[in-house]
Amino acid sequence: MQSASGTAELPDWLEPVRRAALDRFAGTGFPTSRDEEWRFTPIGPIAQTSWRPAPQSAAITRDELKRFEFGHPDWSTLVFVNGSYREELSTAFAIPGVRVVSLAEALRVDGAVLQSHLGRHAPIEASPFAALNTAMIRDGGLVHITAGTEILRPIHLLFVATPEATGSAAHPRNLIVVERGARAAVVESYVTLSPDGSYWTNPVTEVSLGESAWLEHTRIQRESEQAYHIGLTHVDQQRDSHYRSFAMAMGGAIARHNLHARLNDENVETLLYGLYLTRGEQLVDNHTAIYHDHPHCRSWEVYKGVLDGRSRGVFNGKVFVKPEAQKTDAKQTNRNLLLSDGARIDTKPQLEIFADDVKCTHGATVGQLDDLALFYSRSRGIPAAEAQRLLTYAFAAEVIAEVSLGPVREELEGLVRERLGAR
Amino acid sequence: MTTPLLEVKGLRASAGDKEILRGIDLTVHLGEVHAVMGPNGSGKSTLAQVIAGHPAYQVTAGEILYQGQDLLDMEPEERAQAGVFLAFQYPVEIPGVSNAYFLRAAYNEIQKARGLEEVDSIDFLDLLEEKLKVVEWGPEIMSRAVNSGFSGGEKKRNEILQMAVLQPRLAVLDETDSGLDIDALRIVAGGVNALRRPENATVLVTHYQRLLNYIVPDHVHVLSAGRIVRSGGKELALELEERGYEWLEDEALTS
Repeated sequence: MQSASGTAELPDWLEPVRRAALDRFAGTGFPTSRDEEWRFTPIGPIAQTSWRPAPQSAAITRDELKRFEFGHPDWSTLVFVNGSYREELSTAFAIPGVRVVSLAEALRVDGAVLQSHLGRHAPIEASPFAALNTAMIRDGGLVHITAGTEILRPIHLLFVATPEATGSAAHPRNLIVVERGARAAVVESYVTLSPDGSYWTNPVTEVSLGESAWLEHTRIQRESEQAYHIGLTHVDQQRDSHYRSFAMAMGGAIARHNLHARLNDENVETLLYGLYLTRGEQLVDNHTAIYHDHPHCRSWEVYKGVLDGRSRGVFNGKVFVKPEAQKTDAKQTNRNLLLSDGARIDTKPQLEIFADDVKCTHGATVGQLDDLALFYSRSRGIPAAEAQRLLTYAFAAEVIAEVSLGPVREELEGLVRERLGAR
Repeated sequence: MTTPLLEVKGLRASAGDKEILRGIDLTVHLGEVHAVMGPNGSGKSTLAQVIAGHPAYQVTAGEILYQGQDLLDMEPEERAQAGVFLAFQYPVEIPGVSNAYFLRAAYNEIQKARGLEEVDSIDFLDLLEEKLKVVEWGPEIMSRAVNSGFSGGEKKRNEILQMAVLQPRLAVLDETDSGLDIDALRIVAGGVNALRRPENATVLVTHYQRLLNYIVPDHVHVLSAGRIVRSGGKELALELEERGYEWLEDEALTS
């Protein structure tokens, strides 16, 4: 692993942060399968590889990126190639109250906002991967929406891995700050121009929502199916804020996403939706944790999985309700569709409730396509294979329907249709 | 004599170890409406579902000819593409697929199988406009998920809408009247009547004579314990209404 120090343009205050993170990682090392949090997700292939730093100079054109921009040139889009910001490929519209810049740029000029947020929402103790990411902080996206500003046209943070990335690791660091009363939509996507490339992406995204802030955060992970992706998103929410997440995972040989939301005051709403589509030998793991620390908050979580081939899915959803968090309303659902005999899911909802006046439920299901629905479709003239695709798509589309912004929803539907071969 | 649209000959069928149909003979010609009546458990719905190709039933003897072709040799989708339609007793909910998408997919598959042109979503909306009138519906219903959260009556109307769009040659309506209030019954029956043509035929499977006040059948058959025990004209239905099914069941046992 290359040393964290020695990057000239980093501000002084960051140096001890990176140093502490590196020390932390040096102390813990990579987790092993003896670690309960990583029991179902062996990360040996990551730990045992000697990763190069991500190459910064990959030749790439705007045309090559078009298919990842969803045909929305009007979205502000920051493009990162193998982890590094590329201004000539990016488009950031100037909008009052909205700051969308690369972290590298922000580190040069935005000291205050970064200093008060970086590492505060996703501490290095969160996981060895968070520590490693922090030790390597260099670039990523900063989205800063100032108080009262509303921007519902999505802001897209687009991370592209190129063929040159093979054998390398990137550690993007993102910060999304939505201040009091502001509203925004952010799409964070991880894509590849190298469908067979074996590389590692280790991103951390910190999200801070002020009082009455509103954020729809869509995360799309479609890395190479030979790549590794260990992502972590930590969200801190203030009073009356609303966070709506949609996390889609369809890439990666081994892919993991940890999503943690901390509800720091009353009347907070947290909606976590997810969809994972796996095939071949993929392993896709979603770990979520919701911390209900205060009364009168609501969290609602639905993750769905469609697993094919010999792939594996892991879902672990934790909900912690503190004694003082009375009137908590929390519901968690994980539903899985197994398309083959070889596919497998390990699902574990975990509710730890210490308050007595709450409404908390959870449920997990694992099943195959409904025979009756298949017959019904076929009896209308739809061939069996097409009916299977249609019903599989329907299963997935049901959770995509929860994405509130139409253009984002349509893009997700298109991606799933493409993946499933549905029309 | 023209080839019948449907010929069921000596049909026996089981679900698992249980034999349900025990030798059915039924012939339907184009332009006809047949009512198949009988008490619960007599095998009416099984007959309807075997015609559509429901995988839960095994045919153990006999045959079904559709336009002279071996229907049992065809997959459910091939039957539909050839013009067979079953209005389900319990229409299936498909969350996540809009009514419009589902119906257009079905319509296009049938068009394709018949060597006709598929339609895009805009042309399909035009086509729907007229069909929706058959069931007295506005276009809003098309953006809802297939049968998902529909009331019992809405589900049955949706079956008739599908039938209106897919224009089957042989429509089998499995207890489409059960559970309907008078208004829904009137709409459903009105739809069936509106779709009645010399070039198609309808088999109504029903427990109650009530439906036959709205749709007048040419032939009535009474099913009991997996066999047709009596066939007649529409007056047979009225006799059943008066006397119930028991006398026929008793007759069947003693014959």
